[in-house]
Amino acid sequence: MAFVGLPLAALMWEATSEGTQSFWDAVSSPEAVAALKLTLAASLGVSLLNAVLGTITAWVLIRDEFRGKVIVNAIIDLPFALPTIVAGLTLLALYGPTSPVGIDVAFSRTAIVLALMFVTLPFVVRTVQPVLQELDLEVEEAAHSLGASQTRTFVRVILPNILPGILSGVALAFAKAVGEFGSLVIITGNIPFQTEVSSVHIFGRIESGDSAGAAAVATVLLGISFLTLLSIGAIRHYATRHDR
Amino acid sequence: MRRLLSRLGLRTIALGYLAVILVGPLAIVFWRTFQDASAAWDALTTPETIHAFKLTLIITAIAVPVNTVFGIVCALAIVRKRFWGKGLLNAFIDLPLALSPVVVGLSLFLLYGENGWFGGWLNEHGIQVLFALPSMVIATIFVSLPFVAREVVPTLREVGDEQEQAAFTLGASGWQTFWKVTLPSIRWAVIYGVILTTARCLGEYGAVAVVSGRLQGQTETATLRVQERWEAFDVAGAYAISIVLAMIAILVLVAMTAIRPKEERA
Repeated sequence: MAFVGLPLAALMWEATSEGTQSFWDAVSSPEAVAALKLTLAASLGVSLLNAVLGTITAWVLIRDEFRGKVIVNAIIDLPFALPTIVAGLTLLALYGPTSPVGIDVAFSRTAIVLALMFVTLPFVVRTVQPVLQELDLEVEEAAHSLGASQTRTFVRVILPNILPGILSGVALAFAKAVGEFGSLVIITGNIPFQTEVSSVHIFGRIESGDSAGAAAVATVLLGISFLTLLSIGAIRHYATRHDR
Repeated sequence: MRRLLSRLGLRTIALGYLAVILVGPLAIVFWRTFQDASAAWDALTTPETIHAFKLTLIITAIAVPVNTVFGIVCALAIVRKRFWGKGLLNAFIDLPLALSPVVVGLSLFLLYGENGWFGGWLNEHGIQVLFALPSMVIATIFVSLPFVAREVVPTLREVGDEQEQAAFTLGASGWQTFWKVTLPSIRWAVIYGVILTTARCLGEYGAVAVVSGRLQGQTETATLRVQERWEAFDVAGAYAISIVLAMIAILVLVAMTAIRPKEERA
């Protein structure tokens, strides 16, 4: 615990070492605010995309049958296994200036969304999959034979069961997206006020020797991470309420 | 009929999504690299690149065993013991997963740096931590800390402690019980965790970028080398190193797929 706690204590110490005023100045500087807004907006958007696409993917992997499903299931974990810097590079190869399909999103905000979608892809799929696996197919069929439409079956029967899974997956994806760095450095161009997210902003401040400013913005990110973890704990607590 | 259509529709969405985000980009890099394989080979065999891969392997070889032992101990403490601050330990162990690698790097930078809490003492004794191997190892251990514990905790819960109690009653020491009873029952979870940890260590970028100082041929790991080659407009070089890292990632996926059913059975 000291191994994790001490560095973080040093971080908060440095952030406030020059008084609360300079902490506030660093956090509320226009560049820092722009970066934080972009980070939160992009992370939120990507988390919501994940909620929909991740749930569909999990459903297909559990309820559908097709050839090569084992391989598809394995590929889901690719973002966990692939270094983030390589992820950024590969996305730029397909969606950059030398794109063979004529799509160039390099150095734009679309690139940020794309990179974040890549690195957060597994979270919702992997939290929904086991719940869906446990959920009895008979319940769905019962709802269906009682005359419920497909949409109604999904909303009234499946969704309530998998919702905690979706939410904790979304929260994990959000935490990952807020802190993401490696996949963004190559593809976004790191243009202040346009494509510079908070983690890149912090890195820039470290490079220019402003460690107090970097620590101040980093403390804000630390707070967001901590809140996200707390909410995951709360979701888990709620989801297992019948087991206790 | 409508059910079949919607099933096919969902399948198309899911597979299309994976193709556009994951498979497509990686396939392009593979294709481009192997178009000129000799250039890729030349890029891989430069002394700086070889040094970068060696450094990555050294860091991984230190970080993975440390995290494996730490992860098992933590998991045992969380599941089997009752102590003050257990909830806190539980929260702390997940923190590296939710934290930005840059924030981790900066925290270590501030702790071990010249004006940091430990920096002064280390400096007086001539121990170089920042911009050298020790800080890079510490950063890598930090970001890959939770994986083994997170895999082992649920398995340990599921296995229960009856067998351990039985071994204990039959006169086995705590150590014997651990080696002969506990470890065999959690071994697949441990191996799974070790694979995830290894992948994370090999691919670490953000935290190491902050603490290493990125000195070419000295503190440059494979992932840092990708970035450096890219910025030097050596696309072939960046692709070649990326391909090696991607192949390792694919091996990791194969291993994960092979082990997952075993873990579920155990």
